[in-house]
Amino acid sequence: MRRALKVVAPGLHTTVQDLGRYGYQAAGVPVSGALDAECFRLANRLVGNPDNTAALEILYQGPTLEVAADRVLVGLAGGDAEIERLGDRRRVLGGWRSVELRRGDRFRIGRLGTAACCYLAVAGGIAVEPCLGSASTFVRGGFGGFAGRALREGDLLPLAEDAEAMAELRLKSPPDPGLDRIIRIVLGPQQDHFTEGAIETLLGAEFAVSKSADRMGLRLDGPRLQHRDGYNIVSDGIATGAIQVPGSGQPILLLADHQTTGGYPKIATVVSADLPVVGRRRPGDRIRFRAVEVAEAEQLRRDSEAALAALTAAMSAAAAAEEIDHDLLHQLNLISGVVAGDE
Amino acid sequence: MRVRFLPSADSAIAVEFSDRIDRAVSEQVLALAARVDRAQLAGVVETVPTFRSLMIHYDPLRIAASELVAAVETLLAGAAERAPSRRLWHVPVCYEGELAPDLAEVAARTGLAPDEVIRLHAGRRYHVYMIGFLPGYPYMGDLPEALVLPRRVDPRLRVPPGSVAIATSMTAIYPHESPGGWHLIGATPIRLFDDAWPQPALLAPGDAVQFEPIDRAAFAELAAAVTRGDYEVPHERLAA
Repeated sequence: MRRALKVVAPGLHTTVQDLGRYGYQAAGVPVSGALDAECFRLANRLVGNPDNTAALEILYQGPTLEVAADRVLVGLAGGDAEIERLGDRRRVLGGWRSVELRRGDRFRIGRLGTAACCYLAVAGGIAVEPCLGSASTFVRGGFGGFAGRALREGDLLPLAEDAEAMAELRLKSPPDPGLDRIIRIVLGPQQDHFTEGAIETLLGAEFAVSKSADRMGLRLDGPRLQHRDGYNIVSDGIATGAIQVPGSGQPILLLADHQTTGGYPKIATVVSADLPVVGRRRPGDRIRFRAVEVAEAEQLRRDSEAALAALTAAMSAAAAAEEIDHDLLHQLNLISGVVAGDE
Repeated sequence: MRVRFLPSADSAIAVEFSDRIDRAVSEQVLALAARVDRAQLAGVVETVPTFRSLMIHYDPLRIAASELVAAVETLLAGAAERAPSRRLWHVPVCYEGELAPDLAEVAARTGLAPDEVIRLHAGRRYHVYMIGFLPGYPYMGDLPEALVLPRRVDPRLRVPPGSVAIATSMTAIYPHESPGGWHLIGATPIRLFDDAWPQPALLAPGDAVQFEPIDRAAFAELAAAVTRGDYEVPHERLAA
């Protein structure tokens, strides 16, 4: 029988993703891919995978999985999520690390805490057939990933055969989740469709992520942004991170599954370095914006890549973490009883 | 109007030729798309032609916006290249009964007889301006002036796949069930999108489409053939 992870409980919205499906936007196919590419890449690096290896994106509430393979090495990155091994060998093993599990082990990903999403990577990767060159699930289109949908109870997620044996790793310190970060944007492409007051409001006011938040985008609560004349433009292309403003004046920050084209003006676009940070924001989180020029955005991106490389270089053997298990044990009572129903 | 370069932060630039929908503008967009695609600039991820601009998605770690703009300016100034080959598609459409739920209303609002609406809609060849909104959803134009109507005030929550629709100066086909605010005047049994096809959208920007009216019996027959997988939409190459 082939190596697999069995889905005991699927979580709220758990999907197979990679870094995105490129090359088909001209056919109207959204890019999809991980909402938080930074944590996605860290999860893969914790198990020795190339960055673009298919892994699980977990939204809001984690799954319970069972190992149907002799051994698997899994890595978890994102928020406050932790791997909790269940059963006789029950133990909270923590997050931001990789863990080797054995056949029959059941484990669950507890509450995600401060982040909307976290990532579970498996050494060798999840062996779904690529669709249009990518393993990413596009649920609204019903394709990619595992059967084109979020995971369900009883699914058997196929794993790559013969993953190389690798040591458990952990991150010395998790990356800054950026919850207080002022999100950097570049004004445009259609800032000239808005009043000066709207631009001032965008840059000065505080917004909050509303309940309408999914993989397509985050609708933001806060002051309305006023159009100069009319709210329709001739449809044009959309970049991930674009902040489009429909007739209501309520901005929508577009994320991985956004439409490839649209007819609402886009007042600004989040810089690529900050896309992982907005990708992990939850309903209720506050958001403020600051404008930068394109050249600064490019520098910010190089800086964030350097920071990710430094985090990766500082990964160390996870054995040291086992020694503090006494500390974790006393947390077990606190953690294991929590129902992770945060939505 | 001068060409404008509109950045979307550090990962995309729209090269905008106009603020209007116009065939000549569309040809400029498609010509630039062909040149950028052929130039295979390092760091360019993909291009998306739209009505009046070309969206160029790029990797900011591999190319800076200033370099990309300079490269595109060179391509714009260069000699015209042959556009990629285009196709004329003959799309069968049944304009009858429940397959055409808005035909009577469109006829009433335009002051035309339903047969005249059909004759006008099927009476010309349309240009595929762009694919967007949904995977494989073609924006085609331009409609005869007499058929131009605003979108419906109350969008439908569920438009059946294959619905042939009109709104503003455009006509379209819904590839999937989805919400939609256009007027549904017919239906086609063909498929417009399949993620298993190497090019998943049947139609490409620059293609031409001619609607061919069919009756309900022919619709049922073709629908069965499409389901069996032994129907190919009639098409021919267009001279450049």
